[in-house]
Order: sequence, then structure tokens, then C-alpha cells
Amino acid sequence: MKPAWFGGLFRGSRPFWLGLFAITWALSTWSFQLYKALDARWIIRFPASLTVPVDQWISAFMAWLVEDATFGLFTFRDLTRFVSAVIEAPYDLVRALLIDGFALGQGQQAVEVAPSLSWIAVIAIIAALAWYAKNRALAMLAAVCFAYLAVFGQWASAMVTLASVLIAVPIGVAGGLALGIVSYRHPWFERMLRPLLDLMQTVPVFAYLVPILFLFGFGPVSALVATVIYAMPPMVRVSTVALHSVPEDVIEAGRMMGCKRRQLLWKVLVPTAMPSLMVGVNQVIMLSLNMVIIASMIGAGGLGYDVLTALRRLDIGGGIEAGLAIVVMAIALDRVSQAFAVRKVRARPDPALPFHQRHPLFASVAALTAATTALGVFIPGFRLYPEQLTITTGPFWTETMEWINVNFFDTLEAIKTALLTWLLLPVKRFFTGIPWAWGIIAIALAAGRTGGWKLALMAALMTLFIAANGLWAKAMITVYLITVSVLIASAIGIPLGIWAGQNARANTVIGAMIDTLQTLPSFVYLIPVVMLFRVGDFSAMIAVVLYALAPAVRYAAHGIRSIEPEVIEAGRVSGCTERQLLMRIKLPLAAPSLLLGLNQTIMLAISMLVITALVGTRDLGQEVYIALTKANTGQGIVAGLSVAFIAIISDRILTALARASQQRLGVGQ
Amino acid sequence: MQRPVKLDCRGVWKIYGPDPRRFLDRHGGAPSESDFEGSGMIGAVRDADVRIHEGEIFVIMGLSGSGKSTLVRCLSRLIEPTAGAINFEGRDLLGISPRELIDLRRKKMGMVFQHFALLPHLTVLENAAFPLEVQGVARRTREDRAREMIDLVGLSGREDYYPRQLSGGQQQRVGIARSLVAEPDLWFLDEPFSALDPLIRREMQDEFMRLQSMLRKTIVFITHDFDEAIRLADRIAVMKDGAIVQTATPEQLVLNPATDYVQEFTRHIPRAKVTRLSTIMSPGVPEGDYAGEVAGTLIVADAVRTLDADPRPFRVLDDSGAPVGTVDVAAAIDVMLGREAR
Repeated sequence: MKPAWFGGLFRGSRPFWLGLFAITWALSTWSFQLYKALDARWIIRFPASLTVPVDQWISAFMAWLVEDATFGLFTFRDLTRFVSAVIEAPYDLVRALLIDGFALGQGQQAVEVAPSLSWIAVIAIIAALAWYAKNRALAMLAAVCFAYLAVFGQWASAMVTLASVLIAVPIGVAGGLALGIVSYRHPWFERMLRPLLDLMQTVPVFAYLVPILFLFGFGPVSALVATVIYAMPPMVRVSTVALHSVPEDVIEAGRMMGCKRRQLLWKVLVPTAMPSLMVGVNQVIMLSLNMVIIASMIGAGGLGYDVLTALRRLDIGGGIEAGLAIVVMAIALDRVSQAFAVRKVRARPDPALPFHQRHPLFASVAALTAATTALGVFIPGFRLYPEQLTITTGPFWTETMEWINVNFFDTLEAIKTALLTWLLLPVKRFFTGIPWAWGIIAIALAAGRTGGWKLALMAALMTLFIAANGLWAKAMITVYLITVSVLIASAIGIPLGIWAGQNARANTVIGAMIDTLQTLPSFVYLIPVVMLFRVGDFSAMIAVVLYALAPAVRYAAHGIRSIEPEVIEAGRVSGCTERQLLMRIKLPLAAPSLLLGLNQTIMLAISMLVITALVGTRDLGQEVYIALTKANTGQGIVAGLSVAFIAIISDRILTALARASQQRLGVGQ
Repeated sequence: MQRPVKLDCRGVWKIYGPDPRRFLDRHGGAPSESDFEGSGMIGAVRDADVRIHEGEIFVIMGLSGSGKSTLVRCLSRLIEPTAGAINFEGRDLLGISPRELIDLRRKKMGMVFQHFALLPHLTVLENAAFPLEVQGVARRTREDRAREMIDLVGLSGREDYYPRQLSGGQQQRVGIARSLVAEPDLWFLDEPFSALDPLIRREMQDEFMRLQSMLRKTIVFITHDFDEAIRLADRIAVMKDGAIVQTATPEQLVLNPATDYVQEFTRHIPRAKVTRLSTIMSPGVPEGDYAGEVAGTLIVADAVRTLDADPRPFRVLDDSGAPVGTVDVAAAIDVMLGREAR
């Protein structure tokens, strides 16, 4: 039953939506009987003779690209080799600095000429950065996080991961800023780039791992390329928006002072937009960290590789240990980079003082780094944290999980069965029963009703693409899993958000909780879920719900909080009870925000769902994952595009709904 | 007191919409109100004529949406006008190359903005020195120069503050210092005091008059506040719907409003605050017993105490100091009470 405030979104068109649902339900329930009665197999299955072999075309094109394509002076393969070299050199350098040490010669003959940085120095550097960005408390947090990596024996893997992040982030930031600047200057470029960015952010990461693997081979370079591609789009968007939001009069002031184009950009626009740009940098860091783990499937070593192998071996302890290390590192990097975004500019030190007095932090860290690294050459304990002092928590986690599984098996199993029987299976039956032809029509009708005929046409073509590639059944499993996950995430998240929006103390607690959840790389969610519920749709759903919870809470809280206080006071003086205040005033006014939150929840759910292919779903994500393991470019891209199309259709419809409700309320963007 | 023309703008149009040039040509270069209706075009500035003389304070006054900000941006070429001619010191401002324009702005123009437009990542000193930095002036020289400017606007001691640590009035002082650091001849002020509290606004107006009495710049001052306009202006151009309705001295505006619209603005202005003694004097200086001499440019409200000190009439002097008429306190009181002169 829809609450009254939600019905307001569909005012005047309720018969349309009810009718659409009723027809869909009827066709879904009786599609099999229909096929038998009419002896028309095409009703439930897209005719094989009509399927379009897009995947084979793509595969053939990729093969041509790698083997035959040439630009006259050099071949395509030369180009990819050149890119590899350009990325690999700095990566090797950073790795040598952080963990491997500098060596001359190859393999057995290698002679170390310079040591890697001492673990103490690395901790000191991150702490100093935190101090510089904010204060002593953040420095303590960063130091504790990195010390954790050393003490719990994750140092070597963590440094490999950190090296990938340190290479991927500057490339992602610089590339994103460059594209953002071009977009800012040339609106036509932005118009061209926008659909591409939409696609890049919605195509599941696994899908472009395949072609990258094809072009760059298995190894850290492929991983870095994939990471940059994954992490850059938000930076492009953030830079464009940040530059556009520089106040017009600041730009005019720059022009009136006689700034040239380049001066205006680097001396006025970029510095003024810097706080917003730093938000983008933070996003690039977090996405890189997220991706570095996924990219361990195509050759990035480090913590991600440890988690992946542990998951494959069902090594509970090892998985949790490495997973926690990623979380700890993510928290440290996230908080420090966020602090840079809001860092307050401080007074310039007196230039008369000597260098080490003007920059005491830098000087002391440099001295410490030099001293500990030099000592590391003679005393191994300075170079790497002494192994005999490490604490391993692996067995502890294994035992805990076993204990939970032994003592709560029945409870967990009962919850799982109940949800499967009463929620997951009925929804699954509904979606998988829909005949493909009606599916296309229904999507087009829904899209047309909310966003006009252009959207209807686009949605119909995209759905047709999915069906014509023979992916209808798998796509419907994807849709079903997303629907269930989003329903549960909203059922938990929206009330939490409403509560946080009305109560300052709840907001602190829930906000901290959500922040932490969002810091976790998506991969990490899989570990405890698999441990508790084993593989299957249910585990996938739990992981997706956890991952997609944050935007539901955030947007609900934001929606409630951004209501004009006067409107609420008006309700109060009219004699509303708290409950009436919520149902009649706050929720209707927060509706646009709730819709946008729903949209974000769906987007996150889709991106997480693909990753849950690792725990054995039977949906499009699995299709992409299989393509990855078989290195089948065409199959991967087609399935990936199908996922992206589902995401884009849902995004456009919900955005149109949100816009309509904003206009009706006369609020918002 | 005719001084040379510094900035001469004739027939300037700024029209927004698709292909404004063609729209203008189609209507013979002067589309009327009815031409705009339903055409989807907006005439932000319509056939504006402005002649600004060296050393004068020229105020462009209008309500929001009247086109005053667009006009001043056309005058500084921040916006390209659709049509018209603008001459700056005898040069065709619209014809010069981007390079020359940059050079002109660096050396000859300064501008103050309504919302200060300070760079948030620079200190007060660096903000004030910024125009010189852009020109490539050495750090020492430009910071010395900026310090002088900061001193001039009364912000000494706050050189190392960041803009967000300052109040609105102080931020605008930085904006003024910045706009003056390159010693411009032509000074644009776009509603410089509108974002400030009334008391601070008054203080800043006084400060502005003090600066101008020292610097003698040619000033284009934008405001929506008629009181501010008559307080500061040598001449005022009143704008409505993109067109200039009347250009005149404050006194002429109040005494002879050209349209009902101008009269709406001037109705509440006490005439004594704009009327000069030269306007109310009896021309001719017969022999007789006089209390003293007063300048004809004095405003009645300011002069009435002097006049009241003596029952005898005063001789009124023109700009060159020659007596041209006589005035007594009764005439001043007539103006103040709004009575027709007897």
C-alpha cells in the first residue's frame, strides 16, 4: 500500500500506473500458459534467429585492433606498449620506495642499491600530512591506522596497494581536471562527454576489465589503467561543476585586472574552486582504493589480491584480516584527504626565520625519514616491522565465525528462508515471468509517461538491445535482485534518515555509521556475508543492501533538514501533532529528495550487484564475470552495456519524477 | 565647468536572444517596445548614450533589472555590446584587439564589485597586490604598492588576514584597494556598497568621497539607491527597462524630472538637499549692505546655518569667484519648507 504522500507523485495518473502493473502482473503470471495455448514460444524466449551477434562483432573488432590496427607510423600495439611503459616506470619507482627497495640488475643477480622507506617513516609522513591538513587528533588517527597495518602483518600488501593508489590518483586527478577544464570552456565538449561519463559510471567495472586485459595483458599496468578509468569520471564532473560555480564577479574581477586566459584559469578559477576540487580528489582516492581491489583480478597485487584469494579459499580469518586492513587504510586516506578539502589557510611564516623553523613539521619528518631509513640498512627492524612482533587475528576471526555459525545457524537459516520464501522468490517469479515483448512496451510506457516520448524511445531501444542479445532472462534476475535490495535498503534507510533529520543526536550516530559504511570498499562487504550466509542470491542481496543503504539515509535526512523552518512552524501553530507534522508536511516536502535518494540507492545497488557475481548470482553480473574469466571481450561488453542500460533507464525515469515533484513544490534545483 | 570627455558611449545596444544582430537590423537598428514583445528577445540595454567627463562622478541609477549592470559591463567590455560605439580617451574601445584590451585594463581601468569578488585563497595583501602580480611586477615592488593602498583604505595591520576573516565593509575596502593599486584613470564601481549594512554604507560613502577628493579619478558608479546617487553624483543617468530616461545633475533631476518615473524617485527627496544657492539666488548684485560671500555651488541645506547667522543678504559667487547674485535666509527657508519663492 502506498502512503498518501507518495501517491502525490502520481497525482491524476494513478489509474495508469495501476493498470500498467495489473497487465504486467497478469502477463507475468500466465505467460507460460499463454505460450502453451498459442504454441508461440517467442512469447517467453526471444527468437534465436533474430538475436544480433553484437558480442562477436566486438570481439572481432578487438582482435583486429590488437593484431592489425595501425596508425601509419606505429601500430596500435606499439601505442599500448608505450602507455604501459609510461605508467609502469613511476609505479615501479613508488613500489621500490615504499616496499621493494631499489635494485640494479635482474632476478637473482639483483643488487640492492638503496633501501625502501622505513615503516616508521611512512607512518610519520602520513601523520604529518594529517597534521598539516587538520590537527593533532587526525594525525593520531592516521598514525594508528597505518600502525595497525604494520602490527597486524599487512604491511607489505598494504604498501603495494598504496603504491597503486599513489600512481592512479595523480593520473586520475590530472586527467579529470584537464577534461573538466575543457568541458568548462567548451559547452559542446561537455555535451559530448556527458553521455560517455554516464556510461562509464554505470557500466560495471568487470566489463571493462576484459578489454583492458586484452590490450595491456595481465599485470599491474592493466590494473592501473582500469583504476584510472573507473576513478576519473567523478573528477571530471566535480571539476566542471566547481569551475562553473566560481562566482561570476570573481571572474569579472580577474578580467578587469587584465588577466590573460591562462592567468585567469590558474590564478583565479582553479584556486577559487580549490575546496570543491578537493572533494573530487577525495572521491578519486576512494574510488581508486575500491578499484585497486577489484583490479587484483587482472594483476594488481596487494591487499585486494589477499582478499580475493581468501574468498576463493573460503579462508575466513585471512579474508577478514586483509579486508579490515583495506578498511583501515581507506579510513585514514579518506579522512586526511577530506581534511585537505576544508583546510583553513594559515598565516605565512616569517620569511626571516631559517628554513627548519619556518617548516618545523616538514623538517622533522624529513629528518626522521632519513634517520630511520638509514638505520634500516643495518637493523632490519627499522626497515620492516619485526615479524615476531606481529599479531595475527586470522584464527580469532575464523573461530568467531565458526562460533556464530554453530550457535546461530538455525536463527540465520530461519531468517534466510523466510525472506527467500516471502520476498525474494515472489519478486523473482514476477520479473522472470514477464514476456520480453511486453517488457519493452511497459518500460516505454512508464518512461513516456514520466519523461516524454524521447525518453520512451530511448528506453525501448535499450531494452530491445538487451532482449536482442539474448540476455532477457538474466537481465530480469538483475532487476529482481535490485528491486528487492532497494526495497529493503529503503525500508531501513529512509526511516533512519528521517530520524537523523529530526534529531541532532541520532544524526551524529547515524551519520558516523553511514560515513564508515561508505568508506568501505565494496569488495569488503562480501566477506562477512559469505561467511554467514554462504553463496547465493540471499548473500548477494545482503551485501547490496549494506552497500546501497547510505544514500537512502543521507537523502532522507537532507530532505527533512532542508525544509523551511517557517513551514514547520506554520504546521505547528495550525495544531498538527508530531505525527501529522511528519506525514502531512515533512514527507511531502521531502519527496523530491527521497526520490533522488532512491535513484542513488538504485545506482549503488547496481554497481554492487555486479561484484556479488563472485558469490554466485545468476544475473548479468555473472555473465560479465564469466566473460572476464574467459577473456571474452564481446560477451563482457554486451552484458556490461545491458547493466548500464538498466541503470540509465531507471536513472532517467526517477530523475524525471523528481524534477516533476520539485516543480510542483516549487523547490530545489 | 566642461572638462574633456573620458568615456564616450553612443547608441549602445545589448540584446539577448538568438541572433540579436539580425533582430536589430530587421528593425532598422532601433526596435521599439512592441518589437521586443513576443520576439523572445530581451533588450538589456537600449540605445544608451553616456558621456563621462574627466574627474567627474557619473552615477548610473536604476532598479534591479533596469540594465545598469549590463551597461557598465558594456562600458568595460566585460560584455560585448550588440551595437553602438564606445570611445575611451579617443580610442575605439570596441575595435581594439584582445591584447590591447588586456593592456588597457591593466593600466587604465579599475573595478569594484558588489560582492567584493576577493580571491579566497589570498591574504589581504596578496589580494591588493594581485593586479600587479598579473602584470608581472616583482614581489617587493607590488607588495610595497599594495601596502600603500591598504593604508589608504584604512586597513593597516590586517595585511595577513584572509578575506573570510573580515567584515563586509572591510572586505570592500580590500576590493577598493585592489582596484586602485594599478593607478587606473577610469574607476568602475558596481553597486559597491549595496551588500553592506546601512550604517557601514554611510561610512563607506564618506570614505569614498574622501578618497575621490584626493585621487580625482573619473568614476562610473552604479547604484539602485537614489539617496546614494544624489549624495555622491556630479551627474546621474536614470535607467528604466534598459533605456536611459534622463541624464542630469541631482538638482536638475529633482527640480525638473523628465518623466513620471523619475519624479517617483525624486518625490521624497527634500529639495533643500539638492538645490544649490546659485539656483535660488536673485541674479545681479546691487550695491548694498551684505553679510558676506557664499559659493554658488553650496547646497541649501548645508548653507542655511550660515545664512541664518545674519539677517542681511549674502553675495553669491560663481566658480571663478565673481559675485553673480544675492541670497538671504528667507529664500533658503522657502526651499526647505517647499514654498514657492515669493
